[in-house]
Amino acid sequence: MRIKEHPIIDFQKGKTVTFTFDGVQYEGFDDEPIAVALYANGIKTLSYSLKYHRPRGIFCCIGNCSSCLMKVNGIPNVRTCTQRIEQGMVIETQGKGAIK
Amino acid sequence: MRIDCDVLIIGGGPAGLCAARSLLGTGLKVLILERDPFLGGQLLKQTHMFFGSKEQYAGTRGFEIGQILTREVQASPNITVMLETVASGYYPEENFILALEKEKKLYQVYFKKVIVATGASEKSLLFEGNDLPGIYGAGAVQTLMNMYGVMPGKDIIMIGSGNIGLIVSYQLLQAGVKVKAILEAAPTVGGYFVHAAKVSRMGIPIFTQTTVKRALGRNALEGVEIVSLDSKWQYVPGTERKWPCDTLCLAVGLSPMSELLWQFQCEMRYVSELGGYVAKRNPFMQTTHPDVYIAGDVSGVEEASSAMLEGTIAGFAVSKALHKMLDSVDQVIQNSQTFLDEMHVGTIGEKIRNGLAKVEVDVCL
Ligand SMILES: Cc1cc2nc3c(=O)[nH]c(=O)nc-3n(C[C@H](O)[C@H](O)[C@H](O)COP(=O)(O)OP(=O)(O)OC[C@H]3O[C@@H](n4cnc5c(N)ncnc54)[C@H](O)[C@@H]3O)c2cc1C
Ligand code: FES
Repeated sequence: MRIKEHPIIDFQKGKTVTFTFDGVQYEGFDDEPIAVALYANGIKTLSYSLKYHRPRGIFCCIGNCSSCLMKVNGIPNVRTCTQRIEQGMVIETQGKGAIK
Repeated sequence: MRIDCDVLIIGGGPAGLCAARSLLGTGLKVLILERDPFLGGQLLKQTHMFFGSKEQYAGTRGFEIGQILTREVQASPNITVMLETVASGYYPEENFILALEKEKKLYQVYFKKVIVATGASEKSLLFEGNDLPGIYGAGAVQTLMNMYGVMPGKDIIMIGSGNIGLIVSYQLLQAGVKVKAILEAAPTVGGYFVHAAKVSRMGIPIFTQTTVKRALGRNALEGVEIVSLDSKWQYVPGTERKWPCDTLCLAVGLSPMSELLWQFQCEMRYVSELGGYVAKRNPFMQTTHPDVYIAGDVSGVEEASSAMLEGTIAGFAVSKALHKMLDSVDQVIQNSQTFLDEMHVGTIGEKIRNGLAKVEVDVCL
C-alpha cells in the first residue's frame, strides 16, 4: 500500500512500468527496487527457504541480509530490495516447491 | 580494468561524503565507491531535524543534509563518484580493491590511502518464528516508508526503545500507520527523553521489561506472544500474552560492516558498546594499517552527526598524510574532535565513551 499524504515528504515517483510476478501482471515505478514494488502491491512473500521451505520477506531493505533473493528474468538469487524494477521484468518466487 | 586514485572512499553515506568534502580543493584524486544508485546512505530516510550546532546542520532534516552533501561532492572536479559499484574485496599481494560495477564490470582500484565508511547492518533477535515475512529491521521500515512511500503494514509492534525505535515509531504515525506498543527488555527507556516524550504524547505505550517470545502465523506474521522479564532478564512464567499485529519492527541495534577491515588485517576488537567488531584507531581515525582510515558506523555505531564529524577528521587527516592539506587543517581537525567529545559527555554519552576507550590508541605504528 502506498502512502498518499505525508506531512514532511513529497514523494516523487518515476515512470510507471509493468512487470509480472509469478505470471500475474502488476505496476510499479522505475525508480524503486523490485521488492518495494511488490510490497506496494501487497506481496510480502518473496521466497521460500531451501531446507525447511519457510516463507521469506524483506528484512533489512538495504542489501545486507539476503532475505529478499528472487528469480528475476530467469536469474536466481537477485537481491530484490536494491535491484531496480524495469519495464517487462519477469519476477518469480524463489524456492517454491523446494524439497523438504 | 585498472583505476588509479590518491584517496579511495568506500561508502557514500554521511561519513564518506564528509570525508570527500574535506578533500575538496586539495588537488588529490578522490574516488568514491557506492553500491547504491545514489549517494547519502542512511541519511536519505531520516526525516527528523538534527540537533547540535550550525556546523552540524542543526534544524535541518536528515534527507536534506544528504542532498546538500551530495551536491557539494558532485560539483567538485577532483572527486569522482562510481554508483552501483561494490567494493567487494582487498587483494594484499597487489594492494588493490576489487570493485564490481552494476554486477557486470570489474575494476582493480589502486590507491594511496583508503577511507572505509561502509556503515552498519541491522541486528536481529532470537525468538521462535523470527524469519516470518512481516518481521523487519527498523531501518527497513524507514527505507520502505520514507524513501519509497510504501507502508510496511497496518498494525505494528516495535521492539526496542532506543533512538531508532522511538524515531521510527513517530515516523510510522506520520505515515498513517498504527503503532500498538513499543516493547523494551531493559527496565528503562533507552533513547533521548525528547523522542520518548513525543511518542508518549501521541499515545503509543512503552512497556519496559517486556519482550517478544515467539511470532505467530504460518505464511506471514499474524501476531506475537509477548512476555515480561525479571531483573535477571529471564521470562516471568505466566505473563505470556498474545497480541495480533501484521508487522513486527526490530530496533535492536546495528553492527559495524567491518569485513574489509579484516581483509586489511587491521587490529580488530569486539566492543559491545560500539555494536560489534571495530578496528583500533587513533584520534585521526587511522587504523593500525597506516594507509587505512575509518569513519562513521563502521568505526563504532553511533548516529549521523558523529559519522559526519569522523568523516571530516579522516578526510583532513588523509590530506595531511599526503602533504596536500589546506592551511587550516589542524584547526579543523581539532574543532571536529572537540564537537565529537561534546557529543560524548554526560550519562547519554557514557556508553560510547566506554566503548571508545577500548579502541582508541594514541599513535599507530
Ligand atoms: C537503516 C538505518 C537507519 C538509521 N536511522 C537513523 C536515524 O534515524 N537517526 C540517526 O541518527 N541514525 C540513524 N542510523 C544510524 C547511522 O549511524 C547514521 O545515521 C549514519 O547514516 C551513519 O553513517 P555512515 O556514513 O557511517 O553509514 P551509512 O549511512 O550506512 O553509509 C554507508 C554507505 O556505504 C555503502 N556501502 C557499504 N558497503 C559498501 C561496499 N562494500 N562498497 C560500496 N559501498 C558500500 C552503503 O550503501 C551506504 O550508502 C540508521 C542506520 C541504519 C542502518
Ligand atoms: S532485505 Fe536484506 S538484502 Fe534485501
